[in-house]
Amino acid sequence: MSAIVLQMLCVAGLLGSAVLAIILSRSKIATAIIYSVTLVASAAALIGSIHWLLGDTANVNHLTVPIGLPWLGAHFRLDALASFFLIVVNFGGASASLYGLGYGHHEEAPQRVLPFFPAFLAGMNLVVLADDAFSYLLCWEFMSLVSWALVMAHHREAGNAKAGYVYLVMASFGTLALLLAFGLLAGPGGDYGFAAIRTAQHTPYVATLVLILMLLGAGSKAGLVPLHVWLPLAHPAAPSHVSALMSGVMTKVAIYGFIRVVFDLLGQPSWWASAIVLSLGGITAAMGILYAMMEKDLKRLLAYSTIENVGVIFASLGLASAFQANGLKLLAALAFAAALFHVLNHSFFKSLLFFGAGAVLTATGERDMEKLGGLIHRMPLTSFVVLVGCVAISALPPFNGFVSEWLMFQAVLQSPELPQWALKITVPAVGALLALAAALAAACFVKAYGVAFLGRPRSLAAETAEEVDRYSLSAMFILAALCLLAGILPGLVIDALSPITLQILGGRMPLQINEPWLSIAPIAESRSSYNGLLVMLFFTVSASSAVVFIHRFASRALRRGPAWGCGFSDPTPAAQYSGGSFAQPIRRVFGTLVFHARDHVEMPAPGDIRPARLRIELHDLIWEGMYEPIAGVVGFSADKLNRLQFLTIRRYLSLVFATLVTLLLVLAIWS
Amino acid sequence: MLLVLLLAPLLTGFVRKMKARLVRRQGASVFQPYRDLLRLLRKEVVLADNASWLFRVTPYVTFAAIWVAAALVPTFATGLLFNWTADLIAIVALLGSARFFLALAGMDVGTSFGGIGSSREVMIAALAEPAMLLFVFCMALVAGSTQLSTVANFMASSYVGLRVSLGMAMIALIMVALAENARIPVDNPATHLELTMVHEAMVLEYSGRHLAMIEFGSFLKLLLYISLIACVFLPWKIAVFGTGPLSYTIGAAAYLVKLAAAGFFLALFETATAKMRVFRVPQFLGAALMLGLLGTLLLFVSKGF
Repeated sequence: MSAIVLQMLCVAGLLGSAVLAIILSRSKIATAIIYSVTLVASAAALIGSIHWLLGDTANVNHLTVPIGLPWLGAHFRLDALASFFLIVVNFGGASASLYGLGYGHHEEAPQRVLPFFPAFLAGMNLVVLADDAFSYLLCWEFMSLVSWALVMAHHREAGNAKAGYVYLVMASFGTLALLLAFGLLAGPGGDYGFAAIRTAQHTPYVATLVLILMLLGAGSKAGLVPLHVWLPLAHPAAPSHVSALMSGVMTKVAIYGFIRVVFDLLGQPSWWASAIVLSLGGITAAMGILYAMMEKDLKRLLAYSTIENVGVIFASLGLASAFQANGLKLLAALAFAAALFHVLNHSFFKSLLFFGAGAVLTATGERDMEKLGGLIHRMPLTSFVVLVGCVAISALPPFNGFVSEWLMFQAVLQSPELPQWALKITVPAVGALLALAAALAAACFVKAYGVAFLGRPRSLAAETAEEVDRYSLSAMFILAALCLLAGILPGLVIDALSPITLQILGGRMPLQINEPWLSIAPIAESRSSYNGLLVMLFFTVSASSAVVFIHRFASRALRRGPAWGCGFSDPTPAAQYSGGSFAQPIRRVFGTLVFHARDHVEMPAPGDIRPARLRIELHDLIWEGMYEPIAGVVGFSADKLNRLQFLTIRRYLSLVFATLVTLLLVLAIWS
Repeated sequence: MLLVLLLAPLLTGFVRKMKARLVRRQGASVFQPYRDLLRLLRKEVVLADNASWLFRVTPYVTFAAIWVAAALVPTFATGLLFNWTADLIAIVALLGSARFFLALAGMDVGTSFGGIGSSREVMIAALAEPAMLLFVFCMALVAGSTQLSTVANFMASSYVGLRVSLGMAMIALIMVALAENARIPVDNPATHLELTMVHEAMVLEYSGRHLAMIEFGSFLKLLLYISLIACVFLPWKIAVFGTGPLSYTIGAAAYLVKLAAAGFFLALFETATAKMRVFRVPQFLGAALMLGLLGTLLLFVSKGF
C-alpha cells in the first residue's frame, strides 16, 4: 500500500468518525469513542508520514480521486514538504485527541464539538495533500467552516458570537484572496493542477500579484499583522484542545499554503518581494508579543503569542527567499530549515501551553490571570509541564525554541552576502526586531506563569483547584518531553528536514549527524556551532554538583516562616503584583507609542473613604484605525442600500434595464 | 571552570574595596565576599510559608546556568576544550535562562517587593538582550564568526585596527554589562530597602545557602562580562591554543591585570555617577540598542568601518 493511500484512509477514518459522532450524539460514551478513533487515525497517519519522510522521499506519491468536478477529479500528492506538514498536523491531532479523552468529559454539550473535531483534522490533512487548486480551495474552505463551528461551540458565552462573526468575515476574505491568486496562476488556459502551474512561466507582474494575494490569503489565516484581528478572538473561544489545534496547527497549514504557492509553484522569487515578507514578519513578531504582554486572559495571551511566532516564521521564510533570489542555495536552506524547525517547535509548545491553559480552565473555571495564582501548590504536575512550555517558547536553552531562533540568527548574520542595498538594511533591522520579540517573549511568559501559577491564590477557585486527569497530563508530558528532545538533539531534526529544502530550494544544509557530540554547525564549526546535548549535560552536572556539595559540606537546615517582605507582609493576596502591574514598566516603555496607553489614577479627596482606582487605557490602533472605518463604511452603505429592498416593481424593472444598458456600454467601449 | 569560580568573589571584593577607597573609607578586605559566602552557606534557610519547589530549585538553576556560561568565555587562553559547545548567542541565552528563573522566583512568594523586582528586571532585560544581540551581530560581521574563541583569535591578530563600528559595539556592550550586572547607574548593588532597587528586590525572600548561590551567581556574571569585554576588545597577550606554557603564564598574568583595570574603572565610574530613575533606564538601554544597530548597519554598508 503506498503511503498516500494510507494517509487517505486515515482521512476517511476521521471523516467516518465525524459521521459516527452525529449518530452517537445522545450517547454518554461518545466522547471516549470519538477521541479514541481520532487518536488511532492521527497516530497512524503520523507514523505513516514520518516513515515516508525518513525513507524514500524521491518517490513522490500521486492519487486521483474521482470526486469533485467530473472532468477534473481531485488530485492529491504526497511529497517531502507535504509529509512534513502532515507530521505537524497529525501529531497535533494525536496529542489533542489524547488530551480530549480527559478534557472532553468536562464539555457541557459534547455534540457541539465531537462531530467537528475529526472533520477539522481531516480538513487540515486534505489541504496539505491537495494537488490542484480546486480541491485545495475546497478543503481550505471546509477547514475554515468546520473550525468556525468549533469556535461557536460555546456560543452563549460573552464575546464568542462576535469572535465567530469576525472569523467568518476574515476567513471569507482570505479565501477570496486565495481564489484570485489561483485564478492568476492558472492563467487563461485554466489548468488548475499544481503540476501544470509549476511548469508554466509566470510574468513578474503576475508573480507579484500572486505573492501579495497569498500574503493576504494565507497571511490572514496565519495571523500576519494587520490581518490578525480575528485570531485572538477566535482561538481562545474554542474548547482548549481545539484552540491548541487552531494555534499550533491551523496557522501552520496556512504557512504551508504560503510555502507551496510562493516557493514551489511560483518558482524563482524576486528579491524585493522577500523584503516585504521579511519586514511583515518582523513587525508581526514584535507587535504580536507586545499585544500578548498587555493581555490578562490566559488563552488570549497564548493566541497573541502565536501571532509572534508566525511573524518569526514568516521572517525566516522572507530571508530564505532573499537568499534564494540571489542564488545562495546553502544559506536559503539554512533560513528555510530554521523556519520549518520553528513550525515544528511552535506546534509542540503552543499545543502544550494551550493544554495547560485548558487544565487551568478545568480546575478553576477561570481564564483571567488576575483571578488565579498559587496553582503550583495545587496542580504540581501541570505547573511543571507548563513551566517547560514557557521556557521553550521563550527561546531559552536547552529547549527547542532556542535552537530554531539560533538557526534564524545565524541566517540573519549571513545577510551581508546579499547584494541589494535595501535588503542589507532591512535584514539587520528585522534581526533587531526579532531579538526584541524574543526578549519580550521571555518577559511575557514570566508574567503569564508568575501570575497564574506562582504567588498566592487570588480567588477561591484558584485556592481549591485540583490536579487534572491522567489523559490530559500524559498528553502534556509527551509534548514537554519532545520540547526537550528537539532542543538537545537538533541535528537529527535538521537532517530530517533536508529532503524538504532539497525539494523546494534545491540545496541543503551540511549533514549534521557526523558532527562530534551531536552538535549543530550550520556552515562551519569555526563560524558557529551549538550543542544542546552538552549544554544540558554541563548544566545538569554543575547544578547537581552544587547541590551535592552544599548539602554535604554546608548547611541543610531549613525553617519555614512567614514571608519577609521587608518586614511588612501584604495582608491580602489582592495586594500582590498582578498581570497588569507586572506589565506596567513595559507598557510605559513601548505601550505609549504602540497602544497610546495611559494610566488614569482616581484619587479620592482626603476624608473620602472610597478606594483609589487605577484605570488603564489601551487602544488597539489597528482595530480602531483600519477595521472600524471599514466596518463603518460597510454599515453606512448597507443602511443606504437598504432602501432598495422596498421599491415598486416598476422601479426594479427600470433598475434592471439601466444595469443592462450600462454593462453593454462598458462592453462596447472595452472592445 | 574552577578558575572562574575562584576568581569571581575576589573581583567583587576588589571592586568594593576600590569603591571604598575612592570615598576615603578603609573598606572591607578584598576577601570579604568569600567570608560572606561561607557564612551564608553555613546558615539555615528561612523559607516563606507558601514558597514552592520552584523557589528552592531556582538558586541552583541560575547558578548552574551562569557558571556554564562563564566557563564558555575564554579568559586567558583561547581554544578551550569544549568551546564549540555554545557560541556567543547561546551564552547570552544561557544568561537569559538564569534571569527567567530568578524573575519567576521573585514572583513565587507573592509579595509586592518580589513582583516589583521581577517586573523591572524583565523590562531591563527586554531592552538589554536585543542590544546584546546587536553587539553579537556586530562582532560576527567583523570576525566572521559568533564563536568566541575564533573572535578572540581574530581580534588578537594584527589586522583589525581601529574601527568605528567596534567602538560603538564596545560602548553598547559596556552599557549592557552595567545594566545586566545591576550596577550604578541602572541599579545599585549596595542598596536595600529602597523602592528603586531591582535585583535586590527580586531576591529579597532568599536566605542562607540559597542566597549564597544567588550572590555567587551574580559575582560570576560580573566576571563573565568583564572577561567578555577583555577577550573581545582587549585581547592582548591572550594565549592562543597550542602555544607553550610560557604564553599561558603571560596570558594569565595579563588577564589578572585586565580584570584589575576593569574593576578599577568600574569602581571609578560607580563613584562618579548617580543612579538614574527607573524610567530613565529605557533611554539608557535604548541608546545602547541604537549604538549596536548603528554599528551593525555601518558594517552592512561596508566592512571597512
